Amino acid sequence: MDRKKVTIDGNEAAAYVAYLTNEVIAIYPITPSSNMGEWCDAWAAVNKKNIWDEVPSVSELQSEGGASGSVHGALQNGALTTTFTASQGLLLMIPNMFKIAGELTSTVFHVSARSIAAQALSIFGDHSDVMSTRATGFAMLCSNSVQEVMDFALISQASTLEARVPFLHFFDGFRTSHEVMKIEQLNLDDVKAMIDENLVIAHRKRALSPDHPFIRGTAQNPDVYFQGRETVNKFYIDCPEIVQRQMDKFAKIVGRQYHLFDYYGEPDAERIIVMMGSGAEAAEETVDYLTLKKEKIGVVKVRLYRPFSIDHFINALPKTTKSIAILDRTKEPGASGEPLYLDIVNAISERYVSGTLPFSYPKIIGGRYGLSSKEFTPAMVKTVFDELKKDKPKNHFTVGIIEDVTNSSLEFDHSFSVEAEETFKGKFYGLGSDGTVGANKNSIKIIGEGTDYFSQGYFVYDSKKSGSTTTSHLRFGPKKIKSSYLIDKANFIACHQQVFLEKMDMLKDGIEGATFLLNTTVPKEEVWDSLPEKTQKDLIEKKMKLFVIDGYKVASEAGMGQRTNTIMQTCFFAISKIFPKEQAIELIKKSIKKTYGAKGDKIVQMNFNAVDQSLANLFEVKIPEKATSKLQFLPAVSGNAPEFVLDVTAKIIAGDGDLIPVSKMPIDGTYPSGTAQWEKRNIALEVPVFDSEVCIQCNKCVIVCPHASIRAKIYDEKLLANAPAAFKHTKFKAKDYGDNLAYTIQVAVEDCTGCGICIDVCPAKNKKETKLKAINMAPQLPLRDQERVNWDFFLSLPEVDRRKVTTSAIKDSQFLQPLFEFSGACSGCGETPYVKLVSQLFGDRMLVANATGCSSIYGGNLPTTPWSINNDGRGPAWSNSLFEDNAEFGLGYRLAIDNHNTHAKNLLKKFSAEIGEQLVDSLLNADQKNEAGIYEQREKVGLLKSKISGLLNTGANGKSDDLNHLLSLADYLVKKSVWIMGGDGWAYDIGYGGLDHVLASGKNVNVLVLDTEVYSNTGGQMSKSTPKGAVAKFAAGGKTMCKKDLGLMFMSYGNVYVAKVALGASDVQTVRAFIEAEAYDGPSLIIAYSHCIAHGIDMEKGLHDQKAAVDSGHWQLYRFNPDLTKEGKNPFKLESKGLKIPLKDYTYMETRYKMLVKSNPEVAEKLMEQAQQDVNVKWKQYEQLALAGKEEKQINNIKS
Amino acid sequence: MDISTDYLGLKLASPIVPSAGPLSQDIKNIKLMEDSGAGAVVIYSIFEEQIEQEELEFYHHTTDNMENNAEALSYFPAISFFKTGPDEYLEHINKAKNAVSIPVIASLNGKSPGGWIEYAKKIEQAGADALELNIYRLATDVHKSGAEIEQSYIDIVKEVKNSIKIPVAVKIGPFFSSIACMASQLDKAGADGLVLFNRFYQPDIDLEKLEVVPNVLLSTPNAMRLPLRWIAIIYNRINADLAATSGIYTEKDVIKMIMAGAKVTQMLSCLLKFGISHISEVITQLKNWMEVNEYESLNQMRGSMSYKNVADPSQFERANYMKELNSYR
Repeated sequence: MDRKKVTIDGNEAAAYVAYLTNEVIAIYPITPSSNMGEWCDAWAAVNKKNIWDEVPSVSELQSEGGASGSVHGALQNGALTTTFTASQGLLLMIPNMFKIAGELTSTVFHVSARSIAAQALSIFGDHSDVMSTRATGFAMLCSNSVQEVMDFALISQASTLEARVPFLHFFDGFRTSHEVMKIEQLNLDDVKAMIDENLVIAHRKRALSPDHPFIRGTAQNPDVYFQGRETVNKFYIDCPEIVQRQMDKFAKIVGRQYHLFDYYGEPDAERIIVMMGSGAEAAEETVDYLTLKKEKIGVVKVRLYRPFSIDHFINALPKTTKSIAILDRTKEPGASGEPLYLDIVNAISERYVSGTLPFSYPKIIGGRYGLSSKEFTPAMVKTVFDELKKDKPKNHFTVGIIEDVTNSSLEFDHSFSVEAEETFKGKFYGLGSDGTVGANKNSIKIIGEGTDYFSQGYFVYDSKKSGSTTTSHLRFGPKKIKSSYLIDKANFIACHQQVFLEKMDMLKDGIEGATFLLNTTVPKEEVWDSLPEKTQKDLIEKKMKLFVIDGYKVASEAGMGQRTNTIMQTCFFAISKIFPKEQAIELIKKSIKKTYGAKGDKIVQMNFNAVDQSLANLFEVKIPEKATSKLQFLPAVSGNAPEFVLDVTAKIIAGDGDLIPVSKMPIDGTYPSGTAQWEKRNIALEVPVFDSEVCIQCNKCVIVCPHASIRAKIYDEKLLANAPAAFKHTKFKAKDYGDNLAYTIQVAVEDCTGCGICIDVCPAKNKKETKLKAINMAPQLPLRDQERVNWDFFLSLPEVDRRKVTTSAIKDSQFLQPLFEFSGACSGCGETPYVKLVSQLFGDRMLVANATGCSSIYGGNLPTTPWSINNDGRGPAWSNSLFEDNAEFGLGYRLAIDNHNTHAKNLLKKFSAEIGEQLVDSLLNADQKNEAGIYEQREKVGLLKSKISGLLNTGANGKSDDLNHLLSLADYLVKKSVWIMGGDGWAYDIGYGGLDHVLASGKNVNVLVLDTEVYSNTGGQMSKSTPKGAVAKFAAGGKTMCKKDLGLMFMSYGNVYVAKVALGASDVQTVRAFIEAEAYDGPSLIIAYSHCIAHGIDMEKGLHDQKAAVDSGHWQLYRFNPDLTKEGKNPFKLESKGLKIPLKDYTYMETRYKMLVKSNPEVAEKLMEQAQQDVNVKWKQYEQLALAGKEEKQINNIKS
Repeated sequence: MDISTDYLGLKLASPIVPSAGPLSQDIKNIKLMEDSGAGAVVIYSIFEEQIEQEELEFYHHTTDNMENNAEALSYFPAISFFKTGPDEYLEHINKAKNAVSIPVIASLNGKSPGGWIEYAKKIEQAGADALELNIYRLATDVHKSGAEIEQSYIDIVKEVKNSIKIPVAVKIGPFFSSIACMASQLDKAGADGLVLFNRFYQPDIDLEKLEVVPNVLLSTPNAMRLPLRWIAIIYNRINADLAATSGIYTEKDVIKMIMAGAKVTQMLSCLLKFGISHISEVITQLKNWMEVNEYESLNQMRGSMSYKNVADPSQFERANYMKELNSYR
């Protein structure tokens, strides 16, 4: 049967089958599995049918725990049900997995396997998560490639129906879930043929029903629980044969034959690798290569890991087996071996003991590889095979890293390669914003669909959300592609952004005769001189070809701005000559029409124009015989950086993190603060420039800067004596801080992302030329050197004396040093100004519990952190536990701190005589309500510490233990401010229960909800904060329910301080709310409107959206301060000024709402009408709350 | 009492035609216009430039942050079908046609020569009874002569007329050196009607913010004097029908315009101010006036006060101005 060839990734392949074969789909976003749910939601939104001609019900839950609960419930009611997840999400499903398996329920969970957060979170792939579910009773079927994902998704669905054992179908996160590959798509007949309708009906008949009632899920006692647990044995014994039967059936229908354990290699192999997952593809490729060299080797690919069939495994091994290496993509610290290793050892031993092992007891070793998508290459496979040759091979080894502490690692030859020469291998360096990855995905599709070639695309992104670099790895050719690793020997390298030239050694991976395509504004005659020396040498020595194009010019002329993707794609096709020129252009245009057709004719035409102009601007540059350049690559960090930054951080920044040995890594996940300052990213094309003559010294630009790269300082004019010539300053107008002060606004141009939000907010205009403000954008490059010097001088100026600052005043608060700087958040981020503000106001005494999400990624994703340190060595202490437990995690901070504080106070009292009563009294009764009080307390603690040290030195008369305790606890006598931060996905959904409990605890914690109204970090999925009428992933048809009113819910406790703020609507109210919340001796909650790229807005105008949100009544500004109740006042103060504009005037500023108008105008209109009604009702409700106190007062007045 | 009229070859029950504006964005309003006695309706304008801008913006916001981050390869669901470009407008025409039986006239403001033709064809296909070309070119280029700009108007009309079969009216502004000559040239280019005059958006300066700000003002009754004069002057000198717009509030304004030579009178500001039902009041008063003053039909009065038919046509010319000045002294 002829089947359609499609070029898709692993997630889409799994979702395709899951959607067709299920009736209920419960979803929740988690990387790298989110896309599976997104596909299903998008298909359901356009009424795509499953094989029973019905649209599956797709529902997002509040957590993976919730999703698995709903899966369980739906299964109990007879619906074919599935879910998708990974990592911690899968762990949250474990309790239900035990139940589902215990009740012998047919279902398939599709898992893109991912690391579990241990010493650090990682979004990348390994088997740590799936291995944690071994005990649940789920069968586990592993796919190694995108084709297998589609095939095994169906085989597992067919198997679970027959076996009644639930299945966990998994594949490697990113490497397989995100790899784009040409595969054969199963058609509807294939799927229908594999699904036995009788079994579907049998599944349904097992449903709970009042029409034939029974109970399931009983509680059992010691007398029968054990026996009950053993009832399932037969099902697990039968399961492997059932799966093999389904695999055989699949082979008959589709033609691809799989086995529970697939052996690949020489029939008389002696050395065997056993493994599962995408790495087995690389192993297979290596076996192909080495067997040609007469090596007697082979690989066993484990398909069905649970139930583990010893018989099938032993039968898969050649009878000539002498040694076996088992590779596990997971780590179980403290275990006698990793899981697969232990299973294999057991299988061999059992057979040996029973005398049925068909060969002598082999040497067996186990090793770990590929954690967190660590590369697993043929070189590593070879070294494992080589290890098996040894008399005493290393057991419990690691491969792929340098483990120089316990020396477990195997060395390997980095230059070893087995890739077929006829396979095209291209690497493309781009920026996230230039569309390089999207164009390359299209290229792979064009090649895949336009030729008989095999094709593969894999894409690597850095961890920054602004100015991120992408590397696309494209392979295609006549031979099947099994290379499940990155390209390090490329015959085509493309640099889509000129700025990479000075930063990256892109040609190091180029092979002899390779082609280098460079996008540059430098004229072709001068290009050679613009290249670094190393690049010139590589071009000459490797006899490479150099092609150049000014793609920026072509893009600009075609109306595409900076988006050079289709231009570079056209050049690639022209140079690589995969198709004749005319055909290539036709195919590209067809692809453009397909990709952008839905977005409008103008867009298509614009891209067509760009394609047509590309070839006329593409030139080959003749390579001179000699390298003439003196240009060197820029160092990753300044030589002035601290040792750790130079030794470790710099290597990660430079892309050499793979080479860092274990001995250099912190042992417990602890990293130094304040490292973002060393990572000069220079990503802004334009930066703000201060005009001191126009400036009105309001400091609004400083408060709104998402990256803390624009700062204000006041200082003694005399300090200007040493200022660089270009350093800008003016006389400070206010007299609050004394006379003769100078004022400067300084921009860190190397850290600025160029978002322009500061320009937008600047209220001062040049009187002669009103288009100019007190800060104006100018190209960064000409300013870079000058402003670097100015920045250094600016930093050398003293920070403001915090005791003198009226923190509630906007201008004054912005003289406080931010201790959150230069994060990798999106350019123009709406969250980070709030985070930075907290760090300014309380940073020297704050601890942060950060929920997983955007803020934990821009706050704590290596290589650097924006959380910084002041000149006294103080700064925010930050940690991230999980997504779901952040409030509880933060409460733990408070409990510990309060305990330490009490302990310190008790010890103080105990040593009152030795320390001195006066000091002890003043320490115990210190007023720390303001900066002066805190300063004073710190001084006294310093004195206390020196007194304790003195006592310890002069003999403590047996009290040294207590004194040492007091010394270690003394700092807890100074106020500590606990901040629990996270997004709405955490606060409204997954962490809501914990948040509720923590706020109800009455403890003094401050909660900051950075409310973007979607799960921003995972790509914009709906949360309960998402407003009605907005489109989001998992709400592709528009959200039909209201946004949850989190603030109102918590006001109901009466003792929780609640504020709702929007910086763009009122910076004054925002700052006041933060100060009040922190000062309140109890739980506080601030819900902060955070504009976001997921809203589809111009980020530089984000503050306008905030204001419009408030003016329309969508977002209310208020403060609810329980302290006012004690004064007999109304604690609720409504600070919005009424419904000034219709809701539409706000919502239709944003693509998330407009999208529904374009996709379903009738629904959009209906939902917007309802949303306006909701706003009206809500506003009245809040007005009533605000009036409550006044009415009461009036009544009291009448009474009196 | 016959208040019917014909305009662009269409038979209209009354001369009151709501002009292009926000009211017609709602089909319910269009129905109310018909129920109130409107003879036809001009649907709000479709702006090629705006559509292009919206397409670009939509494209930008839905694609610019794609493939940027390993966790978030996009920020919006993969919806494959969107109504972009003029789809929404065309559907609106279709809905309007289904909702009312009075003629539905579409209004188009193009940008590129291809755009005018492409959109005009789509509008015709969507079922519009006629098309009003809302042409305005603000002449900001110091090197571009008035003649060049005028020629571009004529070219647009010719091209559109050649590409569609439904009647075409041209709505112009008063800023030509010779309006009469321009009207004649547009007539020769094939315009079936001329709508006098378009009121252009006139920006203001916000002294507080030092920004140029939009300042949309409703037309006042005084504004009708300008079209009144030119309709009177042009009447019966070209073949195209004349439609009056700007400052028409009352039945008397309607009568004056008809007497000057208009086939229809377009209203917007007064409908925004007093509501759509104002149309029925004007019609009632129009009929009353005709009854009292013994007019049988609009045809009878049409052009009776035109340049050609008044006793002293110089009143419409420069002398009029001089006389006013003299009398003021």
